[in-house]
Amino acid sequence: MNFVHKGAALSGRRIVSIAAAAGISLLMGAGVASATTVVKWMHLELDPKFLGVWEDIAKKYEAQHPDVDIQMQFLENEAFKAKLPTLLQSDDVPDFFFSWGGGVLKQQSETGALLDLTAALDADGGKLRKAYTPASVDGLTFDGKTWAIPYKVGLVSFFYNKALFAKAGVKAEDIKSWADFLATVKKIKAAGIVPIAGGGGEKWPIHFYWSYLVMREGGQKVFEAAKKGEGEGFLDPAIIKAGDDLAELGKLEPFQPGYLGATWPQTLGVFGDGKAAIILGFEGTEANQRKNAGDGKGLASDNIGRFVFPTVEGGAGKPTDTLGGLNGWAVTKKASKEAIDFLAFLTNAENERAMAKAGMLLPVAVGADDGVVNPLLAESGKQLAGSTWHQNFFDQDLGAAVGRVVNDVSVEIVSGQMSSKDGAQMIQDAFELEQ
Amino acid sequence: MLPTNESRTMANISVPSMTAAARPARKAANRKSSVAHDRLTVLLIFLPPALLLFTLFVIMPMGEAAWYSLYKWNGYGTPTEFIGLRNFQVLFRNAAFTQALMNNGLIIVISICIQVPLAIWLATMLAHRIPGVVGFRLIFFLPYVLADVAAGLIWRFVYDGDYGLFAAISNFFGFANPYVLADKDVAIYAVLGVIVWKYFGFHMMLFIAGLQSVDKSVLEAAEIDGATGWQKFRYVTLPLLGSTLRLSIFFAVVGSLQLFDMIMPLTGGGPSNSTQTMVTFLYTYGVMRMQVGLGSAVGVVLFIICVTLAFGYKRIFMRHD
Repeated sequence: MNFVHKGAALSGRRIVSIAAAAGISLLMGAGVASATTVVKWMHLELDPKFLGVWEDIAKKYEAQHPDVDIQMQFLENEAFKAKLPTLLQSDDVPDFFFSWGGGVLKQQSETGALLDLTAALDADGGKLRKAYTPASVDGLTFDGKTWAIPYKVGLVSFFYNKALFAKAGVKAEDIKSWADFLATVKKIKAAGIVPIAGGGGEKWPIHFYWSYLVMREGGQKVFEAAKKGEGEGFLDPAIIKAGDDLAELGKLEPFQPGYLGATWPQTLGVFGDGKAAIILGFEGTEANQRKNAGDGKGLASDNIGRFVFPTVEGGAGKPTDTLGGLNGWAVTKKASKEAIDFLAFLTNAENERAMAKAGMLLPVAVGADDGVVNPLLAESGKQLAGSTWHQNFFDQDLGAAVGRVVNDVSVEIVSGQMSSKDGAQMIQDAFELEQ
Repeated sequence: MLPTNESRTMANISVPSMTAAARPARKAANRKSSVAHDRLTVLLIFLPPALLLFTLFVIMPMGEAAWYSLYKWNGYGTPTEFIGLRNFQVLFRNAAFTQALMNNGLIIVISICIQVPLAIWLATMLAHRIPGVVGFRLIFFLPYVLADVAAGLIWRFVYDGDYGLFAAISNFFGFANPYVLADKDVAIYAVLGVIVWKYFGFHMMLFIAGLQSVDKSVLEAAEIDGATGWQKFRYVTLPLLGSTLRLSIFFAVVGSLQLFDMIMPLTGGGPSNSTQTMVTFLYTYGVMRMQVGLGSAVGVVLFIICVTLAFGYKRIFMRHD
């Protein structure tokens, strides 16, 4: 997510040398056999605290199953995305790896590199399937086949700085509609405060706005139709209206100066330093604003409030429709039985509760909800529980090619570089090219 | 008729002497063939490893890229969906790619018109043996030694609108904070500034080497003839630097076309694709979006441009070097 990392990790020449090195190591190091079953677990977690929790769980499992050796493998976010296609086709595949679901997972499933987990879920009278919330399993299922073990859910919602809201004389409770939201932004700006922290440099933080507005304007029906290429697709009037709503926000110039070059960590820092009143974030936002604030402390927990993305007047979407991530662990074709067994252990109610308690996630395991102790996360969890339609991140759901165009277009629209209609056309073009 | 007869007699006469002369010639031929034989062994032993590596890592990827560019392929499995030249059509209709082409052109122009003259100017000053000259050479050459990514990161901090050097300077003079990398009209010039900063030292070193090989007596002769400093430079130094200049421009052009490492940490091609180059375009549209076919098409276009420019330039300007 951080392109500073991306640049550092992959210079053109280095890509070639990595590829060459990988090729050579493949030739030489294939097939080291041992008595114990090695389970290779590929992830992109950076936080040492969270890794500690995982290691504890792995150790516990290894203690119960002495013949299994769990090995964690780390890849940096962008490097992971770029390397995965090659990796999946090599002999050095991990047993399971982190997945955002959506179009990318679907593409992977179509290549035959992944293991169909439907049978594993249904074994023992659907014991494993019943362990997770139905929505989480559904989200990782395409055409009746499930391709990943659910791990966590996320929710995109607004977070605000309570002190700055009080200073500007606005109340979060008053924000029910998009018009209310725009009025609030105007008032905050009039009070001499930057209304919103935005990460236009990385683009995806802005695509949350467009996504949510599309969901509010068009509702599930319109988006699903567009995704299937039915009707007017992404040129549906409701989708174009959503872009117009976004352009209206952009016209107010609500973001911090220089937001078009800002990375997500910088954006979190702006919010954490109290330099902007609102941020459209997700589960990790509260913890990460602290890490990225100039003083390393950021806003105190009780200074942060949260409100649901507002509805639009006359929109077909319900206020209870939610946007957010859904993550799972995709299992590769050659994975051992032990790998699936370990995954079931990793995501069982007890461990999910422990991870929720550590502030790592919103659980998908049934009965682990009580582990969420952070009040903001608990609020998100409650909203998710009442969700009428949970939509995965658009840029994941639509696949890499179309998803990145959505990100581009969202930034272009909000910065006034592109009309909503041209943007919708661009997405539709990219979509048709994919078919 | 006459010449034939004559030549026949000539041939008859010359036969004995020929055989006499042929002996050492045959010996020489023997020696030659043994040399050729030695060379063949050397070739057989030493060529295959290099040839294999070259084929494996240069020729084959090039051929594969050309092949992939005709397919719609997301990188999984093998490409099966043949779409002819559609990737190229899509490419040339893409506004970001046209922008990338224009940026590459702009970088070449700036490299030739600003960077190279700057390098020559500094080189003429630093080619003399004056005190402290080594220190200056080192300082000017230092940016080139820095890794591209590191340079990009450093300049991202320098340009930062909140905490960067630029912000501090403009605050000092009472201007509003500049966000150069976030402004799509300015960002490319900020990038160009870094490019000139990064590479002029390299060209300067080339020219210093070139200047040191200029014959001093020619300059002295010009001086005795009463040439001014500028005349000496224009009519003596510059023509004698010709081959270095042509080489320097060649490096500048080829380097400009391949620019990638520095732009990624600086702007990542943004905002609004305004700082995209062909290679960053290839990365963001080909690799990050898993459109391997389209990415390969970019590679093919880049390859054709590079090869045409390189060989054309060598043919036309570097014939005599």
